[in-house]
Amino acid sequence: MQLPDAEALCAELVKKLRPAVTPATGMVGIHTGGAWLAERLHRELGLALPLGRLDISFYRDDYRKSGLHKSVKASQIPFDVGDRRLLLVDDVLYTGRTIRAAMNELFDYGRPESIALVALIDRGERQLPICPQYCGATLAVPKGKMLRLDRNDAGRLSLRLDDA
Amino acid sequence: MRNPQLNANGELAHLLTLEGLPREIIVRILDTAESFLGVTEREVKKVPLLRGMSVFNVFFENSTRTRTTFEIAAKRLSADVINLNVSTSSTTKGETLLDTVDNLAAMHADMFVVRHSQSGAAHMIARHVGPERHVINAGDGRHAHPTQGLLDAYTIRHYKKDFSALTVAIVGDILHSRVARSLIHVLNILGTPEVRVIAPQTLLPAGVESLGVRVFPDMRRGLAGADVVVMLRLQNERMGGPLLPSAQEFFKYYGLTPEKLALAKPDAIVMHPGPMNRGIEIDSAVADGPHSVILPQVTFGIAVRMAVMSILGGA
Amino acid sequence: MTRVHVRGGRLVDPKHGVDRPADLYIAEGRVAGIASAPRGFEADRVVDATGLVVAPGLVDLAARLREPGLEYKATLESEMLAAVAGGVTSLACPPDTDPPLDEPGLVEMLTRRASSLNLARVYPVGALTAKLEGERLTEMAELRDHGCIAFSQAEVPLADTQILWRALQYAATFGLAVWLRPQDPHLAKGGVAHDGEVATRLGLPGIPAFAETIALGAIIQLVRVTGTRVHLCRLSARESVEMIRAAKRDGLPVTCDVSAHHLHLSELDLGYFDSHCHVVPPFRSQRDREALSAALADGTIDAVCSDHTPVDDDAKQLPFGESEPGTTGLELLLPLTLKWSREARLPLVQALARATSEPARILGVDAGHLGVGAPADVCIFDPETYFTVAPSGLRSQGKNTPFLGYELPGVVRWTLVAGEVRFERG
Repeated sequence: MQLPDAEALCAELVKKLRPAVTPATGMVGIHTGGAWLAERLHRELGLALPLGRLDISFYRDDYRKSGLHKSVKASQIPFDVGDRRLLLVDDVLYTGRTIRAAMNELFDYGRPESIALVALIDRGERQLPICPQYCGATLAVPKGKMLRLDRNDAGRLSLRLDDA
Repeated sequence: MRNPQLNANGELAHLLTLEGLPREIIVRILDTAESFLGVTEREVKKVPLLRGMSVFNVFFENSTRTRTTFEIAAKRLSADVINLNVSTSSTTKGETLLDTVDNLAAMHADMFVVRHSQSGAAHMIARHVGPERHVINAGDGRHAHPTQGLLDAYTIRHYKKDFSALTVAIVGDILHSRVARSLIHVLNILGTPEVRVIAPQTLLPAGVESLGVRVFPDMRRGLAGADVVVMLRLQNERMGGPLLPSAQEFFKYYGLTPEKLALAKPDAIVMHPGPMNRGIEIDSAVADGPHSVILPQVTFGIAVRMAVMSILGGA
Repeated sequence: MTRVHVRGGRLVDPKHGVDRPADLYIAEGRVAGIASAPRGFEADRVVDATGLVVAPGLVDLAARLREPGLEYKATLESEMLAAVAGGVTSLACPPDTDPPLDEPGLVEMLTRRASSLNLARVYPVGALTAKLEGERLTEMAELRDHGCIAFSQAEVPLADTQILWRALQYAATFGLAVWLRPQDPHLAKGGVAHDGEVATRLGLPGIPAFAETIALGAIIQLVRVTGTRVHLCRLSARESVEMIRAAKRDGLPVTCDVSAHHLHLSELDLGYFDSHCHVVPPFRSQRDREALSAALADGTIDAVCSDHTPVDDDAKQLPFGESEPGTTGLELLLPLTLKWSREARLPLVQALARATSEPARILGVDAGHLGVGAPADVCIFDPETYFTVAPSGLRSQGKNTPFLGYELPGVVRWTLVAGEVRFERG
């Protein structure tokens, strides 16, 4: 199937977000694809605060079933979360469980004023009541496939379809 | 013989000893520990990973400090923690070790942290409770103290990055030390080319070279060019008997002073599993000096134990 | 008394160097004829030994029956049944019962009870010192008159060399044999495993090999002086073998044995702290094991025994160092000896000597052979069939053996004592 151009979608997100950001805006990207996307958005938007990155391995709801995720990265939020308006960034929004975990983790850092979700692709099939405030495109993904964001050595973003 | 620490899927089900553990599992524990270090910087110093799980600290041999670090680690993972000082309760009433363990398992313990004065106790308990319940060895006799070995490896990795060019010297009562044995195993698994033990003959076990170490009865020679110096605690009861004549002579020949430390590399780090006997194995000037990483070891110890529990809890 | 005709078997009698197909004829509890029936013999019972070996009943130099006093571990009944099920028709039991066999009354009680069971013959080894405490000599002559065939300290160390010397002198006065397990208690103190690489890795306190050789050296020196007949029990170190070889070359009256399990296992078998491998003396290195096997083959070590020590489950299900040492062995003596003979490439008739005629010689009793006129103690077994060692298959109350799950050769089909069938495999 034909996959949308990630670079083009990214540029559109930057346009949509620009009116919403202020020097106090905090952006947090979810490892790994969300963090790549957030790095690009953070740079393009010229945000004042440094970028935060979240690894949600310790907040997932499938720990008892699948065990601890094989490679865990450190979460780093280099600004105060309390009373702040946050932009939470992920590459592909799917069941909503990743976002649920990310929000739980953010609240352990402090009490934000608001959280707005930024997603490059919304592939639907939500299992929790979660929706994006800023979205690049919606895309139905065939059964048994996973949609992933790639970043090459030159920093170019692209979408890829893998077997699940 | 299948490694009793691994379950049928090859996952770590118990942590009993570092000997024979695949390198990947050790590296994974160290990498996972790294991500736990930031947890204490947050407002809520916990992650919900082990919420609803019970961790029983079953200490047949007393140790407040080790038990406390396991308790902190478990609580930071949101587990419920029960502390049992078995030395004072049921076994003195004649209940067998395995009966005690069975009773605790019946109280829905998910994880046992066990310390015992006999080598092999943790293996025995793990065999008995099976792979669904997880056993962490917090020290069994002279045999192993795997979480200590891991936090020592973490500390060395943190300051020295690459094991493949290191010289590590371990000084003191190797004969009785589970800390030494576990550290030697993990250093060998991680590819450390030169692991030295420094001790008088009376404190060296038979055939110690077979563990993968070089023996140095002379501390000055043994410290020459070392990147890492690990001082072991010397227990009081070892002195004034057939093993050692006195604390004074031991300190003179095997104690770490600034002057002896100068023989090691200029950027050498000094480690100690604690608690320290100042003036017996280590001089205060060294313990409190710029080479000492003894306090960071404690912080790393909590993160490492969190990593072990989170990997086991999901198996 | 039954007249028995054992028909169609392969007669193996080490003492007389016999290994050929031959029938056996038994009357009045003794061997009445070999190969051809005695004149006028009419069998009351015929035992079909086709395809089986007909051998003397095994003579076991060390089997703990746990009576008196330790009945929660095993009883005379269960252990004597285990003995005949294993083809053992004569056994010596060490004095470490509770109370120890240091008084004629106790010895008599034991022998009377044992003979009333009409199973294997029991030869008690009396205590060398009162209560085995290593201070006062026992009334050895009196105990001999009540049935003790030798005197020992069992596993209790005798550190005071003055007492050891005097005990040897006293025994020599009456021509009595002293059985000793060489171990220096100070060097062995606190140890639970062979002091070597495995114990170092496992963090187990070690018993160095020289704990045995130093004590052995002292004993050999004393034998030179006193001339006492001394039997050294359960050798474990290769250096000990060398010392015995030299002592025998010098014509000293010493004999020695090895336990069947030490022929097959070494420190490597401890694995992950298997308390079934907690034995005394400990399993030593591979080289030690090989030396013991070779020494038994060339006769430097005279006999193999079971060192049968039933231990209850509770006492084994403890961390290694806290577990009670010992392994059950009466029913494994024959299979382990057969397995050893195959590995040592020794003909059956030579290998079996180590469990029949040689131990009988050391005991000083007419047993372990099947010459005409000998007591008809017979072990009829299948040397080719293998069985898997399992607790359910053991008649002893002691299920504690490191050989659980092993496939071993040698299934006993009949055991006769004094010409009567005392065990028959269903």
